[in-house]
Amino acid sequence: MEALSPTMEEGRVVKWHKREGDAVKAGDTLAEVETDKAVMDLVARADGVLRQVAVAEGQTVPVGSVVAVIAVPGESGGGQTAPASAPVPAVKGEGGQARPAPARSPAPAAAVVAADATRVKASPLAKRIATETGVDLKLVTGSGPGGRVVKRDLEEAGRREKGEVRGAAAPPAVPPQAPLPSPISPALRGGAPYEDVPLTQIRKTIAKRLATSLGPIPHFFLTSEVDMERAAEARDALNRQLGDRGKVSFNDVIIKATALALTKHRACNAWFQDDHIRYWNDVHIGMAVAVDDGLITPVIRDADRKALLDIGREARELAEKARSRRLQPNDYTGSTFSVSNLGMFDIDQFTAVINPPEAGIIAVGAITSKPVVADGQIVPRRRMRITMSCDHRVIDGATGAAYLKTLKEMLENPLAMLL
Amino acid sequence: MASQFDVIILGGGPAGYVAAIRSAQLGMSTAVIERDKLGGVCVNIGCIPTKALLHSAYIAKLLREAKEFGVDAGSVKTDYGVAMQRSRRVSDQNSKGVEFLMKKNKVTVVKGSGVLQPGRKVKVGSDVHEARKAVIIATGSRVKGLPQIGLEINKTTVISSDEALFLEKAPATLAIIGAGAVGMEFADIFSAFGTQVTLIEALPRILPLEDAEASDALAKSYKKRGIEVIAGAKVKKGTSAKDKVTLEVEANGATRKIETTAVLMAAGRAVNVEDIGLAECGVQVTERGFIKVDPGLQTTAPGYYAIGDVAGPPMLAHKGMREGVTVTELIAGKKPHAIKYDNVPSVTYCHPEVASIGLTEDQCKERKLEYVAGRFPFSANGRARGTGETEGFVKVLRDKQYGEILGAHIVGGHASEIIHELAVARENEYTVEEVELAIHAHPTMSEAVAQAALDSLGRVVDM
Repeated sequence: MEALSPTMEEGRVVKWHKREGDAVKAGDTLAEVETDKAVMDLVARADGVLRQVAVAEGQTVPVGSVVAVIAVPGESGGGQTAPASAPVPAVKGEGGQARPAPARSPAPAAAVVAADATRVKASPLAKRIATETGVDLKLVTGSGPGGRVVKRDLEEAGRREKGEVRGAAAPPAVPPQAPLPSPISPALRGGAPYEDVPLTQIRKTIAKRLATSLGPIPHFFLTSEVDMERAAEARDALNRQLGDRGKVSFNDVIIKATALALTKHRACNAWFQDDHIRYWNDVHIGMAVAVDDGLITPVIRDADRKALLDIGREARELAEKARSRRLQPNDYTGSTFSVSNLGMFDIDQFTAVINPPEAGIIAVGAITSKPVVADGQIVPRRRMRITMSCDHRVIDGATGAAYLKTLKEMLENPLAMLL
Repeated sequence: MASQFDVIILGGGPAGYVAAIRSAQLGMSTAVIERDKLGGVCVNIGCIPTKALLHSAYIAKLLREAKEFGVDAGSVKTDYGVAMQRSRRVSDQNSKGVEFLMKKNKVTVVKGSGVLQPGRKVKVGSDVHEARKAVIIATGSRVKGLPQIGLEINKTTVISSDEALFLEKAPATLAIIGAGAVGMEFADIFSAFGTQVTLIEALPRILPLEDAEASDALAKSYKKRGIEVIAGAKVKKGTSAKDKVTLEVEANGATRKIETTAVLMAAGRAVNVEDIGLAECGVQVTERGFIKVDPGLQTTAPGYYAIGDVAGPPMLAHKGMREGVTVTELIAGKKPHAIKYDNVPSVTYCHPEVASIGLTEDQCKERKLEYVAGRFPFSANGRARGTGETEGFVKVLRDKQYGEILGAHIVGGHASEIIHELAVARENEYTVEEVELAIHAHPTMSEAVAQAALDSLGRVVDM
């Protein structure tokens, strides 16, 4: 299964265009494959006979799996069939043994490069072993010169998979079937303030490729319109109750919700650190404040654990300090995620620029009353648009979307913050 | 006088002097303590002078065969004494070269026998030198005799390579006990200088650590030129008289007596671990007598490291040299590439030369590995035919499933030079395909490597 798009992780075979026994030429469409983005053609990378179809129509397999075997015409079809999980289309060699295409001759090797959208540094032997055992090299951390994946890394990965390696000293190779080191796992409280997760091959590649597309940080943006009716009601009720003891602003609510949502999506609460990603367990929210000669983002530390009133007080103090240029370095460094609010300027929606090394920022627009269809009726609702800028090196589309959804739910139903 | 250095190295052989240079390059003040000449056994009484003598032997062989090539050199006379003198000059040049390198790199050379003391100190005579970072033990090894059967080295009739390298003339007859690299090389040398050589090996074949096919090829070649080869032989007793030695040798179920002018002991080496203060510093040795080291070459005493022959097999200069680089980089806080002990080439410089890397075919079988042996004989190689070096072959052992080069064995002219292609391949985990895909110049002996790789894939071209 080729990676037919840079973000494709698996593909569903929609329809086979060739049957077993059909002659195929390089470039012929073998099958239609549904990717994460569209239905695309899977084309043959070598001439020969379609010896075996390994994946049935309707079946979904990960990128790198064998979907079919193309054999040299005239070769007996016997011999070993590559295991279904082996990554590269195998081609029968003159020796009569099934050999994967890459090492045989330059032509199929080129096809393999094309088949694999992300280049992986690995020794030829490691590539061969990965091919035959179905290990995705992109998920293996290399220990060879320059981070090259060598045989030992695959052996380690294999042992890990079998549960044989359990030492803290073991290199952080990732077993083939395991997901990426899951930053989504809930943060551990009371432990280390952060956890450094080495970049896997795919992460490195994404970082390199996307960084060349849009400035040093490859941004992408997700916008969602949030119904602020209940949040407004809750805020009004709170402020009535507080009376003279203080006031809760929408900004405070948004900061609190942003922070709480991050505790449920640690993947977004992260720093990109060139060769690793630092997933923070602590949540420190940077709050963009416009000052006379520019912009600064003072930090509200542990915003997820602070009461709304405390957030509000701190936010006002920091904003005041920022405008009077009294911020200490400690006041504006170490944020793990940021919020930029231009609602007070009547901006409906905008995209904020990420504050490196953070991986995301929420841009908050104005709350405006709009006609909305609810239960078949057109009713006026207070609505607010939020746009999340994501560093694609750290956050993928779905990851960012999942976070934004949680944030939206919290803002639309403030009780969700108590969950 | 007491002085302080960052690193003190005990022993200026190949492991020690390379460690010293690398240490100095890394900005550490460095001292080498050497009781004899810099360069150690390798430069003075090992690798280097034997290579000079082997070349003399090779010239003799060439001249004897020259007529066939259209060059009549008349009757060839040899003089071991002259060859020996030349080999001494080569050794001295090399030793001076090491001295120059020490100066160039500002390494302090302390002459004398060093004894380790606790606290990273080394005592030389009445001076105590202290190492701020590390003491590296690189005291090497020496030849050993077999005193239990009457073959203690007496330096006249029972000699070691130490004496053989200084003989003024070749003995009339010579029994060599041990057919490893040293025994094989001296058999080649003395045979070329007119000595009637008997080569005795306890294990079932000569060059016992090499691939069986290599052993067979060399046994055949040696017998052809009149060297008597007795393998699987047990020397039961040795009786040393004033100008001869009588050996009782049991082989093939029979015991026979061999009378010889001299016996050359070439059966193993002993490491130099005595009287250097190891126990006092808490440096432990293994059951086999080597200094115990961890993967970072540190001994059981923190701050004391060991490299080269004393740190364990293979007892080869190039293995020690690599350890010298690695250990100093570790001491300097760098993260050097881990040494691959299964990728140390082994070379015997007899004629034809024998060079190998990785596993032998027997080892592949013992480990129950699925492998394919690819072979290519030099008799089918154009360059070898031209130079008359058609003896030998290249053999590549390919892992059946993944194409890994499990081992490679070369017998033939310049095998010692050709093997490195396969050393590079293995170090970088190239498979036989990458070796074959690299275009080899034609006509060269190295083409045989590509052809053997192809043969392992079932598609040899030139045969």
